[in-house]
Amino acid sequence: MLQSYAFIGILAVVAFGFAVAGLIAAWLVSPKKPNPIKNDTYECGIQTFGDTWVQFKAQYYLFALIFVVFDVEAVFLFPWAVAYRQLGFYAVVEAILFILILVGGLLYAWRKGALDWQ
Amino acid sequence: MGFVADLFRNLGAAFVGWLSGFLPPWAVALVNDVAVALLLLTLALLIVLYVIWFERKAIARVQDRLGPNRAGPAGLLQNLADAMKLLIKESITPSDADRWVYNLAPILSVFAAIMLLAVVPFGAGLIGEDLNVGVLYIVAMGSLGSMAVLMAGWGSNNKYALLGGFRVVAQLLSYEIPMVLAMLSPVLLAGTLSMQGIVAAQAGGRWFGVLMPAAFLIYLVSAVAETGRSPFDLLEAESELVAGFHIEYSGMKFAWFYLAEFMNTFTLSAVATTLFFGGWLGPFVDRAPVLGVVYFAIKVSIIYALFTWFRATLPRVRIDQLMAFAWKVLVPGALANLLLVAVLAKLPLPDLLNSLLILAANVALILTGLGMIGRSLRLQAQRRLAQG
Amino acid sequence: MLLQAIFILVSLATLGAALLVVLTRNLFHSALFLAASFFGVAALYVLLEAEFLAVVQVLIYVGAIATLIVFAIMLSRGGVQRGVPLFNAEWAIVAVGVALLGGVLIVLLTQVAWPVSQAAPPADLIARLGQAFVGPYVIPFEVASALLVTALIGAILIARERE
Repeated sequence: MLQSYAFIGILAVVAFGFAVAGLIAAWLVSPKKPNPIKNDTYECGIQTFGDTWVQFKAQYYLFALIFVVFDVEAVFLFPWAVAYRQLGFYAVVEAILFILILVGGLLYAWRKGALDWQ
Repeated sequence: MGFVADLFRNLGAAFVGWLSGFLPPWAVALVNDVAVALLLLTLALLIVLYVIWFERKAIARVQDRLGPNRAGPAGLLQNLADAMKLLIKESITPSDADRWVYNLAPILSVFAAIMLLAVVPFGAGLIGEDLNVGVLYIVAMGSLGSMAVLMAGWGSNNKYALLGGFRVVAQLLSYEIPMVLAMLSPVLLAGTLSMQGIVAAQAGGRWFGVLMPAAFLIYLVSAVAETGRSPFDLLEAESELVAGFHIEYSGMKFAWFYLAEFMNTFTLSAVATTLFFGGWLGPFVDRAPVLGVVYFAIKVSIIYALFTWFRATLPRVRIDQLMAFAWKVLVPGALANLLLVAVLAKLPLPDLLNSLLILAANVALILTGLGMIGRSLRLQAQRRLAQG
Repeated sequence: MLLQAIFILVSLATLGAALLVVLTRNLFHSALFLAASFFGVAALYVLLEAEFLAVVQVLIYVGAIATLIVFAIMLSRGGVQRGVPLFNAEWAIVAVGVALLGGVLIVLLTQVAWPVSQAAPPADLIARLGQAFVGPYVIPFEVASALLVTALIGAILIARERE
């Protein structure tokens, strides 16, 4: 089994090398004429004003959190799905219970408006 | 005839045989691995070249124009020309950009896109590596892409890029869940996470996409959103937020993001083919396995054409509609589909009846879903009219 | 032998990344190094032939939790400041505590006779995991989902309170 991951490792090196090589090739070949106007931060052609940070809404964090919860749920369901054929009906019931608890959470989030994008 | 019937595998075996003539076994494995990796990379680049050409031509035709037709026969070399152009363009780095993060982001994007190809089954026995956890590997590498977007947004030292980056990641996260849940259904029926295993489980015409159209549709829609394409490309659209998280990228770095997006689209089409349409299976494939590659290419092209059709035809979706759709429609839909299939497949009925029941349940699910969406849209429209 | 060398390399990379998490002054870089160390842990799982855990590690930790941490950094003003102080006033006491903890861990790892299995992992590892989830470990399985929902509800309550 480790053999398979040796291939993954080699592909990782090849992929990373290719990505870096492309950028190096571009750096070698392209002109470099920086001037302060070109290097300025882009803001539709006008000067930037204010510090570079944005009003970060808690909404983003909530979405990421809901995502984590459901991601973990999906990960728990994968082994169950793989073993499905060999299991009896009780396994389906238990999985239904698992999913229903999480659907409950989703409904709560829905009701509280956590899923609405302002 | 015998050699050609299983052409690629025989070529591979011949190569390994030639190597074994003068190298110890560990070196043979190493050289073989490196050769396959390089082959995969070249294949990826060629595929992307073709696929971008196909997309530009198809969209052009839909818009009643010709598309690229000057560079090379029928414009086939257009992408090569574009790549050359991006290569020699000046790469303007914004001042105060975080150099390491700014440069690493496009590299990570391309890296994730190439790594995904390791588990795509191009034909019988033609897969980079048939990992036992193939399906999860795909999801894992896909989630790397969202990290790359965050890095691009933050590293550009530009508040539009940052904002664009966060919104893109929010979209990617929201659609990853229905995609993963939709992928659970074929895994359930196949009983394995290995890509070749799932293809094998669909032998004899039992394609999971035909059995579970709801799962396939949910996967399709999520995949369109995952690759950031129209109609979910609000965050890249030129008229919104000025090109989003890759505003400050020019030249090759921008090319890398572009390349990664198209590679991802191809890979997700290939995954859809594998999970839902039998991958490389088709008539006579057991006698002449090389036909598998042909069937695979045809199926992936059809699904990719579907992606292109969506892009050419549908208008952009608003961001709040985007999020609402993912969490309130797709996630419950995917869970409902999973539960229905899980319950129905366990019933002690003959196989054919089971399959028909699953199909019926899926169709019912799709109709119910559409009905509920229609009703909710009508209610919203009424509310808006009432408010005047 | 080769495996040993790879293990040492991966461990050094993971530990290096983890060290850089606390040594770097830029919070965003910290988060990135944390993601890198998660990757290192996934590689260690691969070396232990626990491939399911490895993919899940990348999927959950790098894909979800690292993103969550970055969002949290942005939510606080700390993400904006380009430099944060490395040491605070209590560093001496903390150093003593860490040294004690380190000592306990080293003694634990070297002196206890840990049962080590030389058996290869079973071929149908993931299926067995699934059977375990609905068999002997069904209570933790269901409790896990309840735990997740509790975390979800808690986060929503707190976030809503702010507004």
